[in-house]
Amino acid sequence: MLGEGILKGLAETAKNFFGSFVSKERLTTVQFPEERLPQAEAARNFPFLVYDGHDWQAGLRCVACQICEKECPPKCIFIEKSKDKKPDSMGKQQFYPAVFNIDVSVCMSCQICVEVCPFDAIEMDTAFELSTGDRFDGLLWRKAQLAKPNSYFHQIHPTAAAEIDKRLAEAKAKAEAKAKPVAAAAQPDPAPPTKS
Amino acid sequence: MPETIDQIFVVLKHWLVGYSPVWLQPIVGAIVSVVAILVAFASLFALTTILERKGLGRFQNRYGPNRVGPFGLLQPVADGLKSLTKEDIVPHSADAVVHLLAPIVLVTAAFMGYAVLPVGRNMVAVDLDAGLLYFFAAGSIIELTIFMAGWSSRNKYSLLGAMRAIAQMISYEVPLILSSITVIMATGSLSTVDIVEKQAGYSGIWPHWFVFTPWGFAGFILFTIAAIAESNRSPFDLPEGESEIIAGYYVEYSGFKFALFFLGEYIGMFAVSGLAITLFLGGWSAPFSFLTWIPSYLWFFGKLLALIGLFIWIRSTLPRLRDDQLMNFAWKFMLPMALINLVTAGAWHFMSFGPVRWLVSTILVVVPYLLLGRGLMRSKKLETRIYRFAE
Repeated sequence: MLGEGILKGLAETAKNFFGSFVSKERLTTVQFPEERLPQAEAARNFPFLVYDGHDWQAGLRCVACQICEKECPPKCIFIEKSKDKKPDSMGKQQFYPAVFNIDVSVCMSCQICVEVCPFDAIEMDTAFELSTGDRFDGLLWRKAQLAKPNSYFHQIHPTAAAEIDKRLAEAKAKAEAKAKPVAAAAQPDPAPPTKS
Repeated sequence: MPETIDQIFVVLKHWLVGYSPVWLQPIVGAIVSVVAILVAFASLFALTTILERKGLGRFQNRYGPNRVGPFGLLQPVADGLKSLTKEDIVPHSADAVVHLLAPIVLVTAAFMGYAVLPVGRNMVAVDLDAGLLYFFAAGSIIELTIFMAGWSSRNKYSLLGAMRAIAQMISYEVPLILSSITVIMATGSLSTVDIVEKQAGYSGIWPHWFVFTPWGFAGFILFTIAAIAESNRSPFDLPEGESEIIAGYYVEYSGFKFALFFLGEYIGMFAVSGLAITLFLGGWSAPFSFLTWIPSYLWFFGKLLALIGLFIWIRSTLPRLRDDQLMNFAWKFMLPMALINLVTAGAWHFMSFGPVRWLVSTILVVVPYLLLGRGLMRSKKLETRIYRFAE
């Protein structure tokens, strides 16, 4: 009969209308600032620099190799290499970034900098409620702003951080094991340099 | 006491008018009525926008706006401020004068219909002898303004929307007026005040509303469908189909002019709903004789809000029609039904009281409905559509 479908449809929407007042399950909306869904662990937004220990300037893992700067597709990273060297977490003398800037208005959150970093020094942050009143300087993040402790990294990406920590610890142990005999061998006979 | 509350606005108007000199009193009285109508229906518009958004949300299992003020009730204020502060853009090649005039004339025309709408006992701005005729005449200006808007914008989408609007509104004006003619036949008057007063009596506790007769019921349904089409609301919102022609004749309007269009459309919807109430739902009269102590204007606005709720409900349920479906429905279903309904009303009028009259009228309504519905459905066989592309 003509109009039957219309009545059925009206009944359906009426059910929705009254049901939405009665049952909470019907309303799938998450009212954002008050209610939040948990973030996925792989969530990412902008990169940050990881540092070990408590002093961000001494513990920064970045050695200013500038690979990320070259690989960055939109060229939002700017690095200036230091003139002097500083010991890194392995105790090896390394360069460090005198300037490390990321223009977040240009960054496209592609994570390529993270993929290419051989030192696991740059990682993706999950903070997304970011705003600034200054659209020029406020969008250029400097080294001090980018440096975040390893504990923070553990907090936002626990699996990835644990994996990296394990890898770094292994590398350190290996380096120490290697350095010991070398140091022992180097003590009595300094003349021939080791071939390997 | 109930009479005093019922007539409080009338008394207030007389008291206000009494302060002006005698020769000025007709003009002052008119101004007072106009201001009252403007304030009442503009605030009803604000209320309806929030009701519609929240209601639509609930119909779709959402919350709707709930951020501005308690329960989001201040949302209309925020919307109004937003549209006031927006930049007003007129296209370079547009006809600037007509472009500016269209929303203004629309709002004016939409408000003009209220002059003859009795919103309560003795509460009508002017009791014209040809009130109904005036209402339709004023309402037809809306079509003109929509075409003005579409034409002056110099935009293909605007023009398409305006042409759709003209086709639709002229097609649906026919059943709209034909279905209201039945009421004129029953009352023998074009005056809206007379029409309401004819319905204000009671048999026992039951009112004499025309919607409670077979022809009145059919007329009310036809009138409501035509009213939805006249006010360009879903499912008849082809002129502004967002997904097809962006927003039709609205495309080139921004800021306050767009807000005026929005206002005009809603005001037009209230006016035509108010007319539906006046013609079929007994205007300001109470639905039961023992409820007459409630002020008459409350009944009118209650019925108006109920009809608006029905419109929102229908909007949330039905998808937009296609052009050919719209025209088929108007000319192959609405028009024959409205014409047969005229015969039904005439038969009802000339037959004596009793069950025979009811039987004949009901048959005259139901049988054509079933036959027409079946006839229309028969040609609507669902089959796989074969698309042919240009090579």
